[in-house]
This record gives sequence, structure tokens and C-alpha cells, in this order.
Amino acid sequence: MPLLLCRVDDRLIHGQVVLGWGRPLGLERIVLVDDEVAANAWEQELYRMAVPDSIDVVFATVEAAGPQLGAWHADRRRTALLTGGIEEMASLHAADHDVVHRINLGGIHHQPGRSERLPYLYLTDGELAFLRRLAADGAEIIAQDVPTAPRVGVDALR
Amino acid sequence: MSELRGVVVGHGSVAQALVEAAEEISGLRGVLVPVSNTGCDRGALEARVAAAVGEGAAVVFVDLAAGSCLLAVLRRLRDREDVRIVTGVNLAMLVDFLFHRTLPPAEAAAHAATSGGSAIKVP
Repeated sequence: MPLLLCRVDDRLIHGQVVLGWGRPLGLERIVLVDDEVAANAWEQELYRMAVPDSIDVVFATVEAAGPQLGAWHADRRRTALLTGGIEEMASLHAADHDVVHRINLGGIHHQPGRSERLPYLYLTDGELAFLRRLAADGAEIIAQDVPTAPRVGVDALR
Repeated sequence: MSELRGVVVGHGSVAQALVEAAEEISGLRGVLVPVSNTGCDRGALEARVAAAVGEGAAVVFVDLAAGSCLLAVLRRLRDREDVRIVTGVNLAMLVDFLFHRTLPPAEAAAHAATSGGSAIKVP
């Protein structure tokens, strides 16, 4: 199972990803799927700075990532797939629901219209309903910011 | 000469604690502005940083040399000629800065970085 983590985190690559998840999972690669970062070499370099040399970082647009999911999953390197938003991860789930089956909600922060569901998870009612529909369609959606935190299923979010 | 503003950006309550300690040691209050990344996505953190720095010359201290705090600072401030950024902030660095705020930003940043680095020892 080389694609070990499919995470939604609006801070993208940061300490919780690199250290919190990276160490226990033994990550060897992070695939960051973000259209804005994929188009900006300067930002890519900044994100690489946050990652030790032992972890490769791949940048991709949502459109480009979909067809590559199978290859990333078949690769032997232990990999985390990361998006900044729910919609992007849902697109990847739609592109290959076998590979992007378990979705981790790791950090979605406050914006107008969103309510606190967990200290690190703010969602509008529409976003929560969307996640529940994804879960009803077969995705396993778990909120958990770091591996030592409790796992909270989407049905338990209020 | 006008004095530099100092902004400390860090994870959780790191910045607030460092600012309070630096103020206690120096007796200089209201010069350093703490910014926390708690509860922020990238856009919100950038907005906090921009509000804290304002329009004038400043040195921005960041806790880690990578990650969300530095990224927000660089995204928002990299084009500002009157702002310099120092990573790996520690208390010695901030106290040094508080007493060198009449220097140009680049010099104040370099001075503080040297002081902060010198404070790291294995006695």
C-alpha cells in the first residue's frame, strides 16, 4: 500500500505532515496536488525546504494528478497524497476511488460561513453534507490531525 | 531615525511567550508584535502577518526555517525592501533586536541572527 495517506490540509506541507505523519508512516514521497503551487516554481522550492532530503516531493495539478494515481499507488515508495481542499480530494477520489479511498481530514481552518467541528476542522454545512455524500458513496472519511489524535468519522461530526 | 518594528511569527503560543519574555527582560514593551498560526489557513495567516508588519520598516522573526509560518511570511513580504526575515527565533535574538532598532533592517536582522546563534551552546 504505497499510497499511505490521502490528506486534506489547507496548510499543505507543514510540520504535522512531515513529522507528525511522515515519521510513523516512514514517508518517502509527498505528492502535493494544488493547481496554484504546481504553477509556481518559487513556491515549490519553499515547500521542498520543509521536507528532509529523504522525502521526495512531487507537485501536480488536479487534472494531471488523476491519471497518475494508479502509478503512484503501484510505486514502492511510501507516499502521502495531499490537497489543500475538499473539492480537490473529491476530484481525485472520483478519478480513482480505489486508490483514493481513505480520506484524512487533517486541517481545514476557519473561513466565513464555516463552523468549528473539531479544533482543526471548520466546515460549512454544505461541506459537511458533501463529505457525508462522499462517505455514503463508499469513501472512508476520517478526521485526524496527527496519528496520536482520536480518529473521528464524518458521521460523528456535528 | 525611526525605529524598526519587530514581528514574531510562530506555531501555537511560541510567539506570544517569546515576546512577553523579551519585554520582561528588556523593559521595552509594545515594540514586538506576536503572530500565531493557530486556527489559520494560509490566507488567514498571511493576513495576520501583513497586519502585524504594517507599512513601515520591520524585521520579522519566524520560529522554523520551513513550514507554514515561514511560507506565509515569504509569500506576503518577499518583495518588501524595507523588511528582513530571520528564522530560528530565540530569546537572545529578540532582546538583541530590541536594543538595535535604529539600524537599517538588514543590519538589525544580521545583528540579531548573530546574537541568537551565539546563544546556542552545549555547555
